Amino acid sequence: MARLFDILGPTMVGPSSSHTAGACRIGHLAQAVVGGTPDGAHIGLHGSFAMTGEGHGTKRAIVGGLLGFQPDDPRIRQSFAEAAEAGLEYDFETVHLGEEAHPNSARLEVRRGSDWTEVVGSSIGGGRVRLDRIDGFEVSVTGSLPTLVVLAEDVPGTIAEITGMLAESGVNLATMRVDRTGRGERALMTIEADHAIPPDLATALRAKDWVHWIRQIAAWA
Amino acid sequence: MQEWTESAANQDVSLAQAVVLAEQKETETGEGEIRSRVEEALAVMGQAVEEGLGSSDESPTGLTGGRAKRLEESGPRLLGSDFTSMLARAIATLEVNARMGLIVAAPTAGAAGVVPAVLLTLEGSRGWSREQLIDGMLVAGGVGAVIAHRASIAGAGGGCQAETGSAAAMAAAAITYLEGGSPEQVNQAVAFTLQGMLGLICDPVAGLVEIPCAYRNASAGVQATAAAEMALAGLDFPIPADEVIDVMGEVGRKMDVRYRETALGGLAATPTGRGIARKAGMPELVELQRKGSTAGESSARFGPS
Repeated sequence: MARLFDILGPTMVGPSSSHTAGACRIGHLAQAVVGGTPDGAHIGLHGSFAMTGEGHGTKRAIVGGLLGFQPDDPRIRQSFAEAAEAGLEYDFETVHLGEEAHPNSARLEVRRGSDWTEVVGSSIGGGRVRLDRIDGFEVSVTGSLPTLVVLAEDVPGTIAEITGMLAESGVNLATMRVDRTGRGERALMTIEADHAIPPDLATALRAKDWVHWIRQIAAWA
Repeated sequence: MQEWTESAANQDVSLAQAVVLAEQKETETGEGEIRSRVEEALAVMGQAVEEGLGSSDESPTGLTGGRAKRLEESGPRLLGSDFTSMLARAIATLEVNARMGLIVAAPTAGAAGVVPAVLLTLEGSRGWSREQLIDGMLVAGGVGAVIAHRASIAGAGGGCQAETGSAAAMAAAAITYLEGGSPEQVNQAVAFTLQGMLGLICDPVAGLVEIPCAYRNASAGVQATAAAEMALAGLDFPIPADEVIDVMGEVGRKMDVRYRETALGGLAATPTGRGIARKAGMPELVELQRKGSTAGESSARFGPS
């Protein structure tokens, strides 16, 4: 079921829940995955985002999201100037992500210091969004719950260890998804929890030798 | 709708309270916080209406902006001042939206004018308190959630019936509830609203949330109040609300992709509509529209959501 404040909201800068608010949220998720406001971004717009995005402020909204703005932040209107001030360099291109891709989709390659990530996200209606890919791994991240993204070695016992640590911290797991490049290679885990992930749990996870990196995505307000 | 109505009856609570209980269960949020978030949404809705009514500024395309003010200042002619105010308020919100102003998507930005226009206009004449208004919004939210679940609230998913139709059903349910209508009458109000909006296509000129959206929000407000009036009078629409919603879902799924927010059909693809798209600097869209009209079939590469 849609949540109450998906229906009575979001409160947002116009003009389009899908092309403005949703676009902003895709940018916001991308900056969360890379660990903060990036220094650089290649932004690829697909389908209806490319075709009618201009009049909907889609580009400004995505850049605003990369700067950490929420859909109701009036700074979205002048996000290009805000990006210049924040040292975020970006460019846009039209991309074709295939017939299967949602019409309102974007591919964002973002760089922050030495960190780099590529996400594909879609705006699925009413301002709700979904990341479909992170660094080529299949995911389904909506930001409607606190989310933990873990890039790990594909070795036995890692899932049990993570879920055990979550349980010990009293965090109830809502969904968990694992995708891997191949057997014994790398696996990306996305975990949606009912509660915020405690900082010490994140620190403990980061210290595991089978963890490459972890990222946390806070739930939408 | 039936499930929600029965759940409220089983718990011996109002429809509004049942929405609060469901939200609490899902999010562990306190009732006070839920109600204050609704109140914040109402405040933003009110600000957007005031901003729109007070401004003569046009949107970047000039397609909207200043029309709400003109209508309000022109005053009532045919049906009294509430009627004119409601139309103006619906247009006002969409005009603010088109200028990248702050609005509340209810359920979407393209349909953001309907609920505030209806509720904020009748708030004055019917003397509802703020707390009552919050209850009305909760009922509206409950209706939107049912429609999102059974059909769609997105123009790309089901055309304009899914956007302004859903918003109108939400508003109709809210005012029926606030006027003391029974849960059955609230259901009737939803059915009366949607039966009159089935099949409405989403055909935004130049792909922008302006034309016909601003005026469709106004007419959706009319539909909502008409439906509530009939439901409150005890008129009965024989097809239950859930079944009408299912029909809306079915019509949406079968609707050609040209009529689902792609701007490749309907008013958007008329000679004048295409001219506006050209002027607004959307050559790729104009090219697709041209192909679509000569091939006689959908050339949309961009499928529905």
